[in-house]
Amino acid sequence: MSTTTVQSQVPKPAERSAFGWGVHDSIVVARRNLIATLRNPELLFFSLIQPVIFVLLFAYVFGGAIPVPGASPEAGADAYREYLMPGIFGQTVAFAAASSTVGVAEDMSKGIIDRFRSLPMRSSAVLFGRTTADAARLILVLAVLSLTGLFVGWRIHNGFVQATAAYLLLLLFAYTIAWVGVWIGLNMPNTETAQTAGLLWLFPLTFMSNAFVPLEGMPSWLQTFASWNPLSALVLACRELFGNPTGQIPGNTYPWPLEHPIWYTLISCAVLLAIFIPISTRKYRNSTSR
Amino acid sequence: MPASVISARGLVKHYGEVKALDGLDLDVPEGTVVGLLGPNGAGKTTAVRILTTLLKPDAGSATVAGFDVVKQANSVRRVIGLTGQYAAVDEYLTGRENLMMVGQLYHLPHKWVAQRAQELLERFDLADAADRGLRTYSGGMRRRVDLAASLVAHPKILFLDEPTTGLDPRSRLELWGVIDELVKEGTTVLLTTQYLEEADQLAHDIVVIDHGKVIAHGTSDVLKDQVGGDRLEVVVTDAAQLGIAAGALHSVSDSEPVIDEVNRRVSAPVSGGSTVLVDAVRALDAVSISIDDLQLRRPTLDDVFLTLTGHVAQSQEVSAPTSKGRRRGRKEA
Repeated sequence: MSTTTVQSQVPKPAERSAFGWGVHDSIVVARRNLIATLRNPELLFFSLIQPVIFVLLFAYVFGGAIPVPGASPEAGADAYREYLMPGIFGQTVAFAAASSTVGVAEDMSKGIIDRFRSLPMRSSAVLFGRTTADAARLILVLAVLSLTGLFVGWRIHNGFVQATAAYLLLLLFAYTIAWVGVWIGLNMPNTETAQTAGLLWLFPLTFMSNAFVPLEGMPSWLQTFASWNPLSALVLACRELFGNPTGQIPGNTYPWPLEHPIWYTLISCAVLLAIFIPISTRKYRNSTSR
Repeated sequence: MPASVISARGLVKHYGEVKALDGLDLDVPEGTVVGLLGPNGAGKTTAVRILTTLLKPDAGSATVAGFDVVKQANSVRRVIGLTGQYAAVDEYLTGRENLMMVGQLYHLPHKWVAQRAQELLERFDLADAADRGLRTYSGGMRRRVDLAASLVAHPKILFLDEPTTGLDPRSRLELWGVIDELVKEGTTVLLTTQYLEEADQLAHDIVVIDHGKVIAHGTSDVLKDQVGGDRLEVVVTDAAQLGIAAGALHSVSDSEPVIDEVNRRVSAPVSGGSTVLVDAVRALDAVSISIDDLQLRRPTLDDVFLTLTGHVAQSQEVSAPTSKGRRRGRKEA
């Protein structure tokens, strides 16, 4: 080891508001998480391939068996594939919460969290950085998924502005649900438990919705749940924005969330963020590394 | 006597039923190295975690560089560096990226941080590996990155929590060299260790803690004097004879001989130089005890430990603990 002594002066930190530093620190942490994703190509590959497999399975296995209400009978399986894609988008952004859960649980089990805690950074930036990176990673996943959709016959019918709105809505939902995932991760005793628990709740969330099948076939209690499930609203909003079959029959009345899917999605995200950001940051501050 | 830069009064911390700290007092004068010594579970790590703002004490108070560790945590964080038992670095980032990230989180200007990172990488012999992911680094290299990371912002006070646990002897010597240099530059260091040799080597002052309380305090020499003169050590062939051996040695020792069952060893404080050896052999022979080893030596910190705590400290010779053991140790410590 060299013996040069270093005696340079430490410069004063730049002037910035507390909020400004919070954003700065979150970006630094998000960057670290995104680099970790890029340097782990196997994981990235499999996280991309999984939704693609879902598209192919649902499109061709269920495609002919599930009639889409409101679509013309001649359309058949083609209508289902167009109906399906926004459902897969919704499912994919929801399942991204599991990687937030595991990521946070993994961070908490490692020494790096002690490093973060001993630095004069905004402590919540560790969580904001995590959720931002997780949502950002979905941009790539959604791109790959959209190409797969085009391959199986899905199309965007309503033009650029509405399609962009649909993608933004998906990313907002991804960011929101990442916070739910973070909170779960913070409450898990170890990474292994986080891996299981992080996925478990996502199955009822995605399957008890209109993501894959129309609500009409469900028992009425389930229909009620599915109608108020924010994921149903997100998926329906995307169907409307992309101009895909909605599975709703014109003239019928539906519960409020399904009549105003964009608004209901925005409100759900706002409410969930208002709950999960504070409880997660508080949990993070009060919990020590494991 | 220089002013204390680390000062703790009556620190108490419970983990459920377990009392990790039970009224710990600690003072570290500016520019010195204080070694916090104690067995697993003595409260060393808990003390460090409170002083570095990672944990809040249940009772008591502490200041670091004059800042209260609870009320002025962020001010404390600006002036300290922490290197723990586990390399607190990101394994997907390169060595340079790790240092850059830490510098940015100290809110230091990008250009300055880049230059500082380069300096540290060169200083820690990491320049060649600087742009490789940490996953390709050896354990010793990771520890060096970790130490470098804690030095990015030129901390005045450095906390080293068992910095060499699990390192091979060469890496340990290298790390000792670096710590020595930092102290020469005026850094104050609080070091925890289970290795008596390490405390002996690095620390000006040693604080021995057990069950969350200080049980002895002083320089290594002072502590050794407390234990008394020479030590006679006998290793018996048959562990069943330990009691008889201790009884036989009673006649030559200054006080009650101590039995270490694990090592089949009886040790006793003695005075009177080498004639004691002859007397001891005769006494043991009289009760027909066969021995593997017999020696007379100056007291070590191990003896201090044994005398003060009633149990043997983990010594250098013990192989690196298993990862499971280390994890448990960390929770309890």
